[in-house]
Parts: sequence; C-alpha cells; structure tokens
Amino acid sequence: MAEAEERSRTIVVDDKIHTWPHLVRGEFLVTIFVMVAMTLWSLLVDAPLEEPANPARTPNPSKAPWYFLGLQEMLVYFDPWYAGVVLPTFIIIGLMVIPFIDINAKGNGYYTFKERKWEIMTFYIGFHILWVVTIIIGTFFRGPGWNLFWPWQRWDPHKVVALTNVDLPYLVGLRDYWAQAGFGLFLVLFYYVFSTWLFYKWVVWIKGKEFMIRWGAVRFAITSFLFITMIGLPVKMFLRLVFNIKYIMVTPWLNI
Amino acid sequence: MINLEQLKKDIVESQVWKSIFRHGYEDTPRNRVLMVTGNVWMHLHPAKVRKHAVRMRFTWCMGGLTFLMFLLTVVTGIYLMFYYRPVPQYAYADMKYLEFDMPFGMLMRNMHRWAAHAMVIFVWLHMFRVFLTGSYKPPREFNWIVGVLLLVLTLLLSFTGYLLPWDQLAIWAVTVGSNMARATPLLGHEGPFAEFVGANPIYDARAFLFGGGDIGPHTLLRFYILHCIFIPLVASLLMAVHFWRIRRDGFSGPPL
Repeated sequence: MAEAEERSRTIVVDDKIHTWPHLVRGEFLVTIFVMVAMTLWSLLVDAPLEEPANPARTPNPSKAPWYFLGLQEMLVYFDPWYAGVVLPTFIIIGLMVIPFIDINAKGNGYYTFKERKWEIMTFYIGFHILWVVTIIIGTFFRGPGWNLFWPWQRWDPHKVVALTNVDLPYLVGLRDYWAQAGFGLFLVLFYYVFSTWLFYKWVVWIKGKEFMIRWGAVRFAITSFLFITMIGLPVKMFLRLVFNIKYIMVTPWLNI
Repeated sequence: MINLEQLKKDIVESQVWKSIFRHGYEDTPRNRVLMVTGNVWMHLHPAKVRKHAVRMRFTWCMGGLTFLMFLLTVVTGIYLMFYYRPVPQYAYADMKYLEFDMPFGMLMRNMHRWAAHAMVIFVWLHMFRVFLTGSYKPPREFNWIVGVLLLVLTLLLSFTGYLLPWDQLAIWAVTVGSNMARATPLLGHEGPFAEFVGANPIYDARAFLFGGGDIGPHTLLRFYILHCIFIPLVASLLMAVHFWRIRRDGFSGPPL
C-alpha cells in the first residue's frame, strides 16, 4: 500500500514527455494556423495611410497609438508630468517588483484562484480594469476635443461642454493662495498616510499578523505605496466625474 | 534504369550529407532527444517537458506567438526596408510606391503592421498568463523582470515604427505620444522643476528623443534607426536571456 502510494507520487513528479514530437508538433500547428490568419487579415484589411504629414494642420482629435491611449486617457485626470511620466514609470517598476513582494509560495506553476486570490485580484484591478478599460475609453469613446462620444454618435467638433471643474481647496472655501497649497499638500499626504494605515489593517485582517512579520517592512512599504498610487487613479476619476474637481493640490510647481 | 533506393542510400550516407544532418527521423527515444539537442533552433527547448505544460490550455501559446510575431515583423520589415527611405521628401512617396508598384508591397506592409499590433496584444496576454500561473515565483523572478523590459521594448518598437509612414496619422500620434516627454519632471521643459535644470524646448527630454524641438527630418531618421536597428538589437539580446532562462528553469510548470 505504501509502496503503491510512493510509486504514484513519483509518477506525478516525473510526468515528462519528449519535446520532439509532443511540443514541437503543437508549436508547428499553431504557427501554421496563426500564419494563415495573419495572411488573411493582411489580404483583407489594408494598413491605414492618411494624407502626407503636415505639421501645420493638427487633426482633432489627435490620438496616440492605441496601446498608449490608456495613458492619454489618464491625462484627463492628471497633469502630463504625472499621467505621462511618473505613473508609467511606477507601472513598469510595479510590474518588476511583483516577484519580490509576492511571497506566497503557493500557485507556482499551476492555475489557482483560491490560493492567491488577493494577488490575482490586484492584478485584475491594474491590468483589466484600469489599463484595458482606459484604452477602450480612449479608443472608442473619445472624439474631438477629447470629449466623450458614444461610438454611434456623430463626432461634433463644436460640442459644448461646460467647464465647471474647480480645485478642491477652492471648493471648500479657501481663497488664500498658500492656504490652498497647504491644504492640498495636507490632503495628499493624508491620503497616503491614512491609506497606508488602512492597507496595514486590511492585510493583517486578511492574512494575519504572522504574515505581516514574514512580509517585512520594506515589502509592505513598497506594496502599499504602489497600491495606493494605483488606487489614486480611480479616486481622482471619481472626484472629477462626480464632483468636477480639477486638482486636489495646487502649488506653483506642480498640481495633483 | 536508376536504382532509386541505392541513389538515396548513396546520398544519405555520403560525407557531405552526414556532415549537415546528423540523424534521421527514426522514432526512438534516443533520436527524439537528439532532434532537440542536436539542432540549434530546436534546442531552445529542453529535451523533455512536463506533460501538463505542453497543453495549450496551460500556456495559451502566447510567449511563442509573441516571438513568432517578432520574426514576422523582422522578415516583412526587411522587405520594406529595401524600398523605404527615411527622408521626409521620399518617405510618404515610398509608402505609395510600396502600395501601388511593388510586388506584394501592400501585403508586406499590412502584415508588418498587423503583426506589430498582434505582438502587443500577445505580449500582454503572455504576461497575464505568466501571472496567473505564478510563473514569476522563485526561481524565475529575474526572468519576469527581463520579460517586463521586453514588454516595454515591444511598445517602443511599435511606437517608433508608427512615425515612419510620415502621414498625418504618424506624425500626430507620435506628437501626442511624445508630448509626455516634455512634461518629465526636471528633464522636460514643461515639467515640474525644469527651471532649476535649465530645460528648454530645444534642450530637454523630448528634444533628445526628437533630435530637435519639433518632429522633423532628424526625428524621422532617429526613429528609423531606433526602430530598425537599436531596439531590435537590444530586444534580441534580452530575448536570448529570456529564452535561455526559461530553459534553465525547467520550461513551464513548477520549478525543478
């Protein structure tokens, strides 16, 4: 009995098969299939070519290549230095640190949702919800003046959109320049400090104190900073779309 | 009457033939291993792979297909390079020339463009799959970082190629995409704290990218060289590292 069990376990571990023909055959068939599909696609659909480049005539709207439209869409909610430079940098850094902040030993080399649902859900928020959805909005729902249009609506370049956005410090009644700047800075710092505290409580509640000790301060700090920064995008989107808030922090050097 | 069997035997057993092809298609375990280890292209694979990791359900084929799209863009891109001159006077005319005069010119251009789009989609799906199977976990952490770099290079490859048709779509998409660079903190002339560094429109991050203050002949040449030489070269080096590491770490599935 024990021997049979032993044997079945070794069989599971040593489930290797020859690359030739088992893997190579599959690769060959998929290659043929995809090459046929690419050929058909290329025969049926022509690559776009518009009129010659003319630096004096700006098309409206001017859209970046579709894979960057998520970034362009973020420009609605943040200034270019943040949406176009700082956030993409954080995205790249954030992707790179994933193997080092995720210390869950389970789910290595096989599909599982149950054993690592928080990790996977975080990835879903970042990739599927934020990155892909902003690309879809930027590609299909933005027209002249980067205004929102339904895909079936005519692009009216004279669409009237009321400019009712207002800075948050102004909205709460602050009129003094430095008071506004100080209040904005306080809000941004408060957002990070409070969210870090919340994130700490949340992780302890879900994974336990023992996990937090194993995770360590550095991993926690990096993860919480990146996560809070990522969630900052939907937070700002919400504030803009619901309360017409333009900036939270206004200073002579930069606005958030 | 020629004895075909004898002729075949003479050829296959000649010194020349044997110096090129070390072994035939004989279906023995030894030969199956030799097929992989004795072939420079095949030996990207290990001789044996895990059974469950061969299934398409597991890998989605996305890494391999990303590489296939890279190869497809290289082949079609070389064809295009024969007829394309990266100079504003000629670039757009050469696109028309490709479309109407060159045999298979339009097909090659279509395939180049659609394969580039497909490559972007495939590389994202590849990242998503690798995340879902937890394949960045030890010992594969570093290979995930290489993968993120390759993802960024894929986007940059596509982006630099976007300018080359030199039509309205090209220059304005690249203008919008590159405007972010002028907002880089410290290094872009519209970014925060630029005045402390002395960045100005013709001497900042975007000017470095463009080779001048605006998109012009210098930009076209710069993007052409980045697109055709520099980025493919760097990407190839990283791909070599990426593939070698995959093989070292036991291909797909749980680590060895």
